[in-house]
Amino acid sequence: MRFGGLTAVDHVSFTAHAGDITAVIGPNGAGKTTVFNLITGFYTPSSGELLLHGRSGHRPLHRTPGHRIAQEGVARTFQNIRLFAGMTVLENLLVAQHNQLQKATFFGVGAVLGLGGYRAAEREAMKRAKHWLEATRLLDRADDAAGSLPYGAQRRLEIARAMCTDPVLLCLDEPAAGLNPRESEELSELIRLIRASGCSILLIEHDMGVVMKISDRVVVLDHGKKIADGTAAEVRADEKVIAAYLGTGDEGEHPSPVVEGAV
Amino acid sequence: MAYALQQLINGVALGMIYGLIAVGYTMVYGIIGMINFAHGDIFMVGAFISLISFVLISMGGWTAGPGAILLVLLVSMAITALYGWSVERVAYRPLRGSFRLAPLISAIGMSIVLQNYVQVAQGARVKPIEAIITGNLEIWHGNGFAVSISTMQAVIVVVTLAVLAIFTWLVTRTALGRAMRACEQDRKMAGLLGIDTDRTISITFVIGAALASVAGTMYLLRYGVIDFYIGFLAGVKAFTAAVLGGIGSLPGAVLGGLLIGLIETFWSAYFSVEYKDVATFAILVITLIFMPTGLLGRAEVEKV
Amino acid sequence: MSTANSRFGVPHEGGVPHSDDGVPDPGEMGGIPRVGPGPAPRPPLTHALRDALLAALVAAGLFIPLVGLRTDVGPGGGGLMIRTRWGDVAILVGIVFAARLLLNLWSNFRPAPAPRSAQRTALMGRVGTAVAPALLALAIALPFLPGTTRYGLDLGILVLTYVMLGWGLNIVVGLAGLLDLGYVAFYAVGAYSYALLSTTFDLSFWICLPLAGILAAFWGVLLGFPVLRLRGDYLAIVTLAFGEIIRVVLLNWVSLTGGPNGISGIPRPTFFGLSFSAGGGPGSFADFFGLEPSPTHRVVFLYYLILGLALLTNWVTLRLRRQPLGRAWEALREDEIACRALGINVTNTKLSAFAIGAMFGGFAGAFFATRQAFISPESFTFIESAIILAIVVLGGLGSQLGVAIAALVMIGGFEAFRDLEEYRMLVFGGAMVAIMVWRPRGLVSSRTPSVSLGARKAISAELVGQGR
Repeated sequence: MRFGGLTAVDHVSFTAHAGDITAVIGPNGAGKTTVFNLITGFYTPSSGELLLHGRSGHRPLHRTPGHRIAQEGVARTFQNIRLFAGMTVLENLLVAQHNQLQKATFFGVGAVLGLGGYRAAEREAMKRAKHWLEATRLLDRADDAAGSLPYGAQRRLEIARAMCTDPVLLCLDEPAAGLNPRESEELSELIRLIRASGCSILLIEHDMGVVMKISDRVVVLDHGKKIADGTAAEVRADEKVIAAYLGTGDEGEHPSPVVEGAV
Repeated sequence: MAYALQQLINGVALGMIYGLIAVGYTMVYGIIGMINFAHGDIFMVGAFISLISFVLISMGGWTAGPGAILLVLLVSMAITALYGWSVERVAYRPLRGSFRLAPLISAIGMSIVLQNYVQVAQGARVKPIEAIITGNLEIWHGNGFAVSISTMQAVIVVVTLAVLAIFTWLVTRTALGRAMRACEQDRKMAGLLGIDTDRTISITFVIGAALASVAGTMYLLRYGVIDFYIGFLAGVKAFTAAVLGGIGSLPGAVLGGLLIGLIETFWSAYFSVEYKDVATFAILVITLIFMPTGLLGRAEVEKV
Repeated sequence: MSTANSRFGVPHEGGVPHSDDGVPDPGEMGGIPRVGPGPAPRPPLTHALRDALLAALVAAGLFIPLVGLRTDVGPGGGGLMIRTRWGDVAILVGIVFAARLLLNLWSNFRPAPAPRSAQRTALMGRVGTAVAPALLALAIALPFLPGTTRYGLDLGILVLTYVMLGWGLNIVVGLAGLLDLGYVAFYAVGAYSYALLSTTFDLSFWICLPLAGILAAFWGVLLGFPVLRLRGDYLAIVTLAFGEIIRVVLLNWVSLTGGPNGISGIPRPTFFGLSFSAGGGPGSFADFFGLEPSPTHRVVFLYYLILGLALLTNWVTLRLRRQPLGRAWEALREDEIACRALGINVTNTKLSAFAIGAMFGGFAGAFFATRQAFISPESFTFIESAIILAIVVLGGLGSQLGVAIAALVMIGGFEAFRDLEEYRMLVFGGAMVAIMVWRPRGLVSSRTPSVSLGARKAISAELVGQGR
């Protein structure tokens, strides 16, 4: 993937296996989010290809328009939360089921007239929404505006919303960012639960605690290139990975403290 | 060929006027992200103040020379700037940081107010003025067709370029300009760093209004008639120019103004006068389809 | 701190001047109080006076040239003459001084700030549930209320036309969050479609009405395509340009549209084939029902026609809001990128908003044409678009009730100030500014969720997206 003269992601090739939790890690600016944006169709790769083995067989994602990718079964969350802040939690989850519902309405015509087929579809949608609300412990906040939820709850809601699209692959972009340790713990549980429901997971995360605990495989990127690929233990021992994270040289410099003291 | 050259000169002179107004739009947009819909009417107010000043001068028996024009320009700039400042203070400042469409509606309201205020105060009839700058400079001659640049057009181009030069110096080389650019980037942060953002915004409106008043004076000199309604179309065209050039970009505003002036002039000359506005707007739409942020606008990349 | 004390306590009138007590900016002017967080400065009387004087000075600077020196074409059509009107200037400056002084003093005595918006949201919700049915009942009963004059009915028709236009535009701006400054174009397309179809092909109103709506919707899609990629103000200027293009074409395509002369002799609507001819006669409404022929019949019929059309707009909008399409519009207003990630076809969603909004504009246009029996490009200027947009924003984006009230206040109020003549538009514009400063999010600013598990809670305006 190139932006003008800058090659942001260069010959990165990896496979996220069905039923696995695959983590993509790397220092800031390594190209992780770019990889996500390529997979989810926000960018079109300058060269190369992306294949999804989804519900409708093999599907070249790099040739699928943005909104189709989600319909093929790839859902995502965002690094900076992107909820429909002015809509309620429940509405957020119903919007996520737009396509199924829209089909049941004969593309709007039946909905205006209130035909029966739509009602059944809506009941189904509500059921699915409630299921994920329970899974993310948001059921009692269902009628509150998404924007009024606390940060951790917003993160969970984004995952619930993505799951309501019924994906085969869920891409989580730094889901643990800004969470406290207890919340990260719960997040790990939730991700495992999602995997148990049959959805594969691709995860970008800086919180190594989360990554090492739940990932089946870890892919390490640095400067747009893949430098390691393996189990958590393998990657942790990889010298290139250590170098990328800690840097080489300039070690042992301890900056003098600016503020000291105990509060 | 000669005809085309003549149209080119006419188009540039007209485009300069649009460009001057467009700078006001683009500056205000850059700093507070709103379409100052009343800006076209500020231009109209500027033209009226120049008109009144010229009449006063001629009643005083002073023959209009370069000194008189300069005096009128300065008076008009000062009073129009006061109008620009007041409009911001009354209609926009209370809405700072509020809902995005509120200042837009407030601006449309202010535009209606200014138009009707001038209509009530100065009457609805068109105001003619005798030609003040006359004479032609013939610059090319042949095939029975002469290309001439009227002294008026020369004055427009020279004054506009001079004003733009001063203005460019102001926003690129002074502390004020730095404050303006800082507010443009991040108003909250600029405030935290000790920039008086309200004052900077006020000054932006004052400068924008002063430039619009120069445009108003030039318009008056060029066409010789004005009425309370000239602000609307000129404003829309200038805003179109600002968008065409890429709103927020100062060189873009001038470039857009020139383009709009040229399109309008050439279309009127070669096709039909009636559809000149359609041509202008159509070119705007086509440009934006291919360059959604205008010619010189920064491409807005929304980070995902 | 004096600021904290003076908020609730006695103002420091005549007391020791507090130099730290928020001296106002030099030269503040205008009739608008400060809005913003934190305690407003409470200047003592001397400061209030000084501030008012500065305001008066600014006012003098503004009014002396434009009001004080009136230019007129001299006798014999020569050059311009100047007539001085210092008296008027003095009055205006005096008014500004007094208003500013009173405002400063009032802010001194003013009690604690207005209630929080959450409370207000809840209150508005309760008031809203009562107001909407009351307004509807009034609208239905209006023609039969004693004291309703022909003029009153005409005004009712006018207000309802704007209510319908407001509701139509609300779909585009309020729900889908797409700023449209050229809505009048669809109104014009509807009106001209109806006029041309009915005068050329002699089709009845009830055939032309849907056709006008479909044509307007088609134009809505046509406009929608090029602007799909544009955001915010680029969208605004292109829609404005589109409106102007339509108007200029209508003005200049003389062979089709009659140019500036417009189209006249547009057939009036019939009541299931019964005409409203003034003389009665066979086949007329009065004849069929055995009534005395009266021109009021037609007005009452037109009134109910536009009421029905407006209610249809409202019904469809409310219905769609609870359906996937309507929710997708609102989601689009909140976050387009998230919509894409959820598999929503953003293109189709936007186009459908443009098309449906335009369709209702087209219906309203067809009604306008049949009511007036004469249309010309003059009725479809930018100012109409601005007024409709103002109604939507003043009412509160997305709120059906707010839009109806705003239309009533703006259009009804505009008519009520008929006696002001040339000052009327001045007051109208001033009112737009004042209402926006008073309530930037409009009259009804909270959002009602489209679906709920438990009790529906209104969502405060601060959270609702503003579109792009």
